[in-house]
Amino acid sequence: MTEARHERAPGDRPSREMYASAPSELLVYTTGLFVAVLLTATSFWTANTALLWPGGVFLGLAVLAIAQMGIHLLFFLHISSGPESTNNVLALAFGTLIVFVVVAGTMWIVADMNANMMMPQGAPMSMKMQH
Amino acid sequence: MNIAVAIDQIPPDALPSTSEAGPAPKRIVVAYGFWIFLLSDIIMFAALFASYAVLVRSTAGGPTGSQLFNQTTVAIETVCLLVSSYTCGLMSLAINSRRYLRTYLWALITFVLGATFLSLEIREFSSMIAIGAAPQRSAFLSAFFTLVGCHGLHVVLGLIWLMVMMVQVMVFGFVARVQNRLLCFSLFWHALDIVWVGVLTVVYLMGVSP
Repeated sequence: MTEARHERAPGDRPSREMYASAPSELLVYTTGLFVAVLLTATSFWTANTALLWPGGVFLGLAVLAIAQMGIHLLFFLHISSGPESTNNVLALAFGTLIVFVVVAGTMWIVADMNANMMMPQGAPMSMKMQH
Repeated sequence: MNIAVAIDQIPPDALPSTSEAGPAPKRIVVAYGFWIFLLSDIIMFAALFASYAVLVRSTAGGPTGSQLFNQTTVAIETVCLLVSSYTCGLMSLAINSRRYLRTYLWALITFVLGATFLSLEIREFSSMIAIGAAPQRSAFLSAFFTLVGCHGLHVVLGLIWLMVMMVQVMVFGFVARVQNRLLCFSLFWHALDIVWVGVLTVVYLMGVSP
């Protein structure tokens, strides 16, 4: 019993002794590259096509970007949901939460302030005070 | 039941729990610490992304994104960075199997692709500044140059780091501390590619889409 049950370093593949059936590491990277190229090409197509409703383009690009980030994490950084990767995944989840709070919170607050700035010209002062 | 019998009943393939196993090896501690740094770096990028998203319409009568961005350049930049991420992965495979020649080869290809990305980006920036779309022109351009320039600066640091690491491999060989640093480098390089996916989508593709 040489291999103690430790967390795995981010970026390291699970050792061959633990997962005898793990696919070859070259295959993992190549699959990641293939899927990433496919997603990038789809992103470029989505941005330039006239087939989609403009609002859908925005949403589609966001979904494709998030999918590609997931592909990078899985195939290039080897972040998995395995038990020996818990610390890495927890740190990633916390980082994602902060990123979401910073980006969504900033956009929400500034959009709200923008909306409050745009009062009709002749509006009485008492209406502005309500906000 | 005495203790000897109890130990016998543990299946032979069961590993000791984390608390019994003692402190984690240095490679895991180092890489985990670097992982925390990368996440905090990504949070800094999130702040830049947020300010860009807020300021993207504030062009002050100046040029907008769809007038400035060239999709062909951006596509080549994306391919360079993506393939360099792949070759960086192949480099870490060569490092794990301790093959010097392959390590140098993949490191060289990674470096050339990163440098190509950088030269394209510098050319894009200088052509924008030449037509008057400099950072001081509008809030949109300030945010654009801060966000994309910060990513470019990270690529510059990554390229310098890669050169330093190759010198360390030449001088020290594949000792444990050099391998740990190389693992950190590959984490850094892959994380830069993840940030670029965000830049590509938020800045360029959403900027040019009608």
